[in-house]
Amino acid sequence: MNTISNMQKSTIRNTKTSKIQRMQDIAFHVLSQFSALFVLIVLLGIIISLVINALPALKEFGFGFFFSADWDINKQKFGGLISIYGTLVSSFIALIIATPLSFGIALFLTEICPITLRRPLGVAVELLAAVPSIIYGMFGLFIFAPVFADHVEPALANSLGKIPYIGTLFSGAPNGIGMLCAGLILALMILPFISAVMRDVFEIVPPILKESAYGLGCTTWEVARHIILPYTKAGVVGGIMLGLGRALGETMAVTFVIGNAQRILPSLFAPGSSIASTLANQFGEAEPGLHFSSLFALGLALFVITVTILTLAKLMLLQMEKKQGSKS
Amino acid sequence: MSDVLINKRAILAGRKRTNNIALALCMVAMSIGMFFLLWILSVLFIKGFSSVNWAMFTASTPAPGTAGGGLLNAIIGSLLMVGSCTLISTPIGVLAGIYLSEYGDKSRIASITRFVTDIMLSAPSIVIGLFVYALVVAQAQHFSGWAGSMALTLIAIPVVVRTTENMLRLVPGSLREAGYALGAPKWKVSLMIVLRAAKSGVMTGILLALARVSGETAPLLFTALSNQFYSMNMNAPLANLPVVIFQFAMSPYDNWVGLAWGGALLITLSVLSLNILARVFFREKNRG
Repeated sequence: MNTISNMQKSTIRNTKTSKIQRMQDIAFHVLSQFSALFVLIVLLGIIISLVINALPALKEFGFGFFFSADWDINKQKFGGLISIYGTLVSSFIALIIATPLSFGIALFLTEICPITLRRPLGVAVELLAAVPSIIYGMFGLFIFAPVFADHVEPALANSLGKIPYIGTLFSGAPNGIGMLCAGLILALMILPFISAVMRDVFEIVPPILKESAYGLGCTTWEVARHIILPYTKAGVVGGIMLGLGRALGETMAVTFVIGNAQRILPSLFAPGSSIASTLANQFGEAEPGLHFSSLFALGLALFVITVTILTLAKLMLLQMEKKQGSKS
Repeated sequence: MSDVLINKRAILAGRKRTNNIALALCMVAMSIGMFFLLWILSVLFIKGFSSVNWAMFTASTPAPGTAGGGLLNAIIGSLLMVGSCTLISTPIGVLAGIYLSEYGDKSRIASITRFVTDIMLSAPSIVIGLFVYALVVAQAQHFSGWAGSMALTLIAIPVVVRTTENMLRLVPGSLREAGYALGAPKWKVSLMIVLRAAKSGVMTGILLALARVSGETAPLLFTALSNQFYSMNMNAPLANLPVVIFQFAMSPYDNWVGLAWGGALLITLSVLSLNILARVFFREKNRG
């Protein structure tokens, strides 16, 4: 009799504990799920708040806001073209310079570099990514721009500047700071990101593919060109677009070296401004009203452009991951 | 016959030449990267150390036109904001990471979250500043340290989420099964077994997030702004190193620019050491 009641007691206790534990489990599940959803809520919140605050400007100027080159605070006339142009051009310059360099670095780190140096050099490249962007800005403004104005820009003007049509891009006074300088500093900043992605995708090429090619007598370059690159195409493009996404939104470094002039000039030596640099310079002093709202509209344009680019990049890298999953 | 042989040799020589040129270009690319890293660091050390002195850590930022001064208020402000950002973003990020790896796994909601987190990792930080401005500063009608800390938190969370998830995934399934076999509920398994096993990896993520936000300037411009005076009030504009560096570097006063270099050295040293520390943690985990 006694033992039975004891058993019953312990069964009751057990069901109680398991009930409590189930409740705790559900609570923890909901808590962690909410934390995960937090990121989604933030994304939605960003989009909604940008749209709401940009609405007055978009109503006033219409969709033409994004194609108008007016930016006159006194006349209260605003258009985003100058900043959008500056953002796209400086990022494009950065991409043209950074892509081949990153490819070289990634190839060096995966194929050429002696094993003992691979790790330290890889870490060094990653440290380049860790340097805060404001440091790049100061370096660009105080150190790089003067050297650039004295040596690089005159040389460019004397060589490329002499070619018809293209020459206009490399004409004008060599100030140092300007579109080209911003592009170069940006290139330096996205270099480590692109090379890190490229290195990672190069490493997933099955060794047997490379070894077969080497066995047939291919040179290292031929293996890179005809085996590694075709195999990792999606990943390489994804890495480049990831770099582009970074370059488009970069603020501090660009603000230091782009010159912050609200106009579009054909020469790449001339100062301009990007969306991010316009925001950094003017948002603090903007009066509520059209100016304020136009800045939000610029922010919205920047966010939409970068998120689109980053989404495409991510989709390409996912494709690469799937490939890796199916092959291994 | 000999024609064919010569032709073959020429082709081989050409291929070798292409190969050598390509490999040389790769090395040039690597040297360019290293050259700039060394250039930036050496400039930073030379310019930074010449303006580092005791006053930098004991005096507040100087008024325009006055000599001397330091960065004490900016250092304190940065520590406050980065500290509170870490305290807020760590639990949220780690919990979200646990959800993605232990609960959500392949569900639709988890894959969407994963995707969005990856995008938020590279989203322009200045837009996050705009968002926090609209959400907090515009409502409260004043800039504040809390707003700055919130902007940093939004930047840090994706970093913590992604590293936590990746690290938890490395924990072998047999550990979880052993926990279940002992009758432990899922939350206990997640928190006390999986998370504990991946402890150093999760630390890596937190340190990386810390390194990332310590140097962030853009989102602080519209949220914490800056403050010329010593203040620990998180509910008012708060001085912080990045914004002070930005304002001082752009200023016409020589001693301000000097202080900006000193601050830049301070920030870079802390960011780089955090990065290296994160790597050390990660290596320990891989070894153990």
